[in-house]
Amino acid sequence: MKRYSAFAVAREALRNHMGWERAWASPEPKKKYDVIIIGAGGHGLATAYYLGRNFGITNVAVLEKGWLGGGNTGRNTTIIRSNYLQDPSAAIYEKSRSLYETLSQDLNYNIMYSPRGVMMLAQTQHEVRGYERTAHANALQGVATEFISPSRVKELVPIINIDGPRYPVLGALWQARAGTARHDAVAWGYARACSAMGMDIIQKCEVTGITREAGRVTGVTTNRGDIACDKLGIVVAGHSGHLADMAGFRLPIESVALQALVSEPIKPCMDVVVMANTVHGYMSQSDKGEMVIGGGADGYNNYTQRGSFHHIEETVRALVETFPMIARLKMLRQWGGIVDMTGDRSPILSRTPLENCFINCGWGTGGFKAIPGSGWGFAELMAKGHSPLCDAFSLNRFREGRFIDESVAAGVAH
Amino acid sequence: MLILTCPCCGVTAEETEFHPGGEAHLTRYGPGSSDDEFHGYLFEKVNPKGVHFERWRHANGCGKWFHAARCTVTLEVFGTYSAQTTEPPQHIKDKISAKRPGWSWREFA
Ligand SMILES: Cc1cc2nc3c(=O)[nH]c(=O)nc-3n(C[C@H](O)[C@H](O)[C@H](O)COP(=O)(O)OP(=O)(O)OC[C@H]3O[C@@H](n4cnc5c(N)ncnc54)[C@H](O)[C@@H]3O)c2cc1C
Ligand SMILES: [Zn+2]
Repeated sequence: MKRYSAFAVAREALRNHMGWERAWASPEPKKKYDVIIIGAGGHGLATAYYLGRNFGITNVAVLEKGWLGGGNTGRNTTIIRSNYLQDPSAAIYEKSRSLYETLSQDLNYNIMYSPRGVMMLAQTQHEVRGYERTAHANALQGVATEFISPSRVKELVPIINIDGPRYPVLGALWQARAGTARHDAVAWGYARACSAMGMDIIQKCEVTGITREAGRVTGVTTNRGDIACDKLGIVVAGHSGHLADMAGFRLPIESVALQALVSEPIKPCMDVVVMANTVHGYMSQSDKGEMVIGGGADGYNNYTQRGSFHHIEETVRALVETFPMIARLKMLRQWGGIVDMTGDRSPILSRTPLENCFINCGWGTGGFKAIPGSGWGFAELMAKGHSPLCDAFSLNRFREGRFIDESVAAGVAH
Repeated sequence: MLILTCPCCGVTAEETEFHPGGEAHLTRYGPGSSDDEFHGYLFEKVNPKGVHFERWRHANGCGKWFHAARCTVTLEVFGTYSAQTTEPPQHIKDKISAKRPGWSWREFA
């Protein structure tokens, strides 16, 4: 793999850009791998990458039914933050955020991490108390956040209406080192690095069955033939229940649609991310100038990657009140992804009832921010059988009543 | 947008008049049940890619709960029926079998 650099850009400029290589290979599947990862979203690719980088395991295949990054990784609104309430969450999300800071250098791929700051508005007394509590918890966890006043909010976001009428802004939880990154680039950067280590990323390869023998997985059946493996990692977000069914167990997960939309591009007007959880909406401005908008998930099981119109309507109604100037914007695109929701709104990184089968899912509406940290921990779990980052997120926590309740911190999506 | 008919009051309306209530036909376990039974009842979701039986409430109408059979891949509603039953009625099962050959009812626990 040739490295990307300013020098490479200059070199290619002088020879009509004929020297750029393909970023990753498109191999035919082999008969057997040490590790198969199902799902080439951010979490699956990051898992493969850290298996190679941290544990030297490179006889790995990542199987993807569509195109890599075409699931939720390519559909999300890219908010990255780590201001969660519970200690296990703070640990994995903060690990992730800190890996994001240097990910472009690590992967030699510009993932455009932009630590522009994320603000979560408090618009009820209940939220004020909740976020003050989170700020204290974060201080103990070593995550830098603060509770800021309405005037500071207005200073950071001049286009905001802090006076109501329904829900005046009473303050905000502010994480200055949080931000956004380019979602496709995260998938592409990991894919390129995996391919360079000799791993096989096999697209248009749908897993249709999981073969088992005496409580162990022996391999998978796919539309491109049977492939054997020593270890299997299931990392398929909204399709986790479907894959678990193939493996013969059930999950505490329901799949629902989550939508987002973007406006026409306009001049820079807001350089932080603002989330308004009481009214269910959040917004940031992309580098292209589009206002990126999201809200709450739909309420019923859905595998269609599109959502209900009235949820979009609710989100936009709430944001027009908070940011009156967007009332005159035209919206360009709307889309949906299938998110995997757990009851405690925390992910599952766990062993399964099958001895050599592992599952990474349940990131629901907020797993883009967790891609590097989740890959780091899950690779360790798959390689060594346990991982300090993942242990609290095991499937057993439901049986044992050890919930990691983040429904407050993640009141709305992400 | 889903269109549902409330079997309790007969009104047909779009989904904003109703509130979804999750998986239907759960077998409820209480005191005296085993850990496995209780865990299954509370946490193990069917979450099927396909035919789903679910609870809905006519929230902005008569206020009553009922059941719906729906496909989670096409969003087609096969029908709605009373919640006072442990299994979907035969006409709903027949309708699903006609549209999804090979489909069969299984006990949910
Ligand atoms: C609209 C929207 C907005 C969001 N906003 C944010 C945000 O601002 N911040 C944030 O942190 N998170 C956000 N999220 C959540 C985030 O996108 C996800 O948690 C994260 O991308 C999940 O990554 P993944 O790799 O687990 O899943 P995915 O990217 O969905 O990858 C799973 C892959 O598995 C493949 N697959 C499925 N079944 C099979 C099979 N049988 N065989 C082979 N492959 C299969 C799929 O095709 C898919 O590519 C948002 C999500 C949505 C939908
Ligand atoms: Zn009714």
